[in-house]
Amino acid sequence: MKKNIIIVGAGISGVSIAYNLAKKGVKDIHVVDKSYFTSGATGRCGAGVRSQWATPLNCLLAKKSIDFFEQAQHILEYDDDIEFKQEGYLILATTEKEALQFQANVKLQNRLDIPSKYLSKDEALKIVPHLNPDAFIAATYCKIDGHLNPFKMTDAYMQAAKRLGVTFSFFEEVLDIHVENHQVIGVKTNKQIYETNIVINAAGGYSKEIGDMAGIDIPVYSENHEILATEPIEKMQGPMVMSFSKNIYCQQVPHGSFLMGRSDPYVEKGHQIHSTWQFLDEMAKTATHIMPLLGNLRVVRQWGGSYNMSPDRQPIISGTDELNGFYMACGFSGHGFMLAPMTGLLLAEMILNEPTSMDVTTLDIKRFKQQHPIEVEKSVV
Amino acid sequence: MNDKSNIIICRCEDITLAQIDEAIDNGFTTFEDLKRILRVGMGPCQANTCGHLIQMHLAKRMKQSIEDVKTHKPRPMLIGVKLKDIVDGIDK
Repeated sequence: MKKNIIIVGAGISGVSIAYNLAKKGVKDIHVVDKSYFTSGATGRCGAGVRSQWATPLNCLLAKKSIDFFEQAQHILEYDDDIEFKQEGYLILATTEKEALQFQANVKLQNRLDIPSKYLSKDEALKIVPHLNPDAFIAATYCKIDGHLNPFKMTDAYMQAAKRLGVTFSFFEEVLDIHVENHQVIGVKTNKQIYETNIVINAAGGYSKEIGDMAGIDIPVYSENHEILATEPIEKMQGPMVMSFSKNIYCQQVPHGSFLMGRSDPYVEKGHQIHSTWQFLDEMAKTATHIMPLLGNLRVVRQWGGSYNMSPDRQPIISGTDELNGFYMACGFSGHGFMLAPMTGLLLAEMILNEPTSMDVTTLDIKRFKQQHPIEVEKSVV
Repeated sequence: MNDKSNIIICRCEDITLAQIDEAIDNGFTTFEDLKRILRVGMGPCQANTCGHLIQMHLAKRMKQSIEDVKTHKPRPMLIGVKLKDIVDGIDK
């Protein structure tokens, strides 16, 4: 079967890329996904969106993406509700060193038109009264940050893309990418062979494997990150509460349940996404320390999902000099959901050789081959 | 009585047969799809009630034999446990 463009992966990045290309008039785009709808990282993520970052690149990508999320329901003409709850992120500083770093972060963010603020303990307690005052010393808050329903947001993009003619197939796994004279010529799946000159790797946790099929060495790996969900209760918390040093993010979603996630610093690289009792223990300890009242909530479920990690914890959104027609959007390091609007727009612009909406040199895979040190994002859970 | 919008399939999340049929019509044709778009099976009973009902319904709608209709992946916890009880239960 002949296709103009094949996109590998129907997660949030894949659907955003498909939509943005189709909106610019590209025809005959097909998206393949090896499992069910939002089976990968998108359907497993915490789905928070924040503009409070420590590198200019992440700040800009996130800010412009939030600008889109604010209008997404309308722009994508979605009948259902993407459940955008825009009540901010409250990020706690627990040490003097962290407080200093946060002051620098806010300066950078404000320079990039991100309305974040550095707050005293008392100011933070006014926003989230159930915080333990002994668990932190200061905070930053940004009101434009928030949370979306990851399934509905993905569906909104997918439905809009379908109306523009994009086709999708699920439970279809890519097995090989055919290359001739440094040019992509086809994609082989477990169901058929597509003739195509452009393939886009939006395979999330499996981006490295897709790169390998094309002979492109992408310096990313996957690791399991776990989340739990509690029973729903009446609304008591507006913003996402987060701490890098305490290793927690905690949000009450519009449904009423609380989502809480943390990283395991000793997690092994790989594709396992199991649930562990160690996570449950550590999460329960941290959550009840920072917000003692939440101790009364029953945990209903826990699950895991893959972060696709890049060396500098910033995404790779680019083509490659090594292979014509091969593009990638991967290595989001746990933040692909919140950056997806810009991922789709920028990659569509690159593929169509249009001027890009922001400077994209730092997103290029080439950056890892340069000699000077790369700037690593530190504001990560 | 046969109004599908009066037939509750998922008691945890109040999801009706009409909503399930609408989602199937929109292309969400596996249990894992329906879970993500409707929240069936995300509540405290984790599809103990709706699981086999939806399985039967999907078999009928998709003209598959019931053995071929997968339900969702069950997750811990088996029953809801309070966060503070987990902390209290940790060996000090």
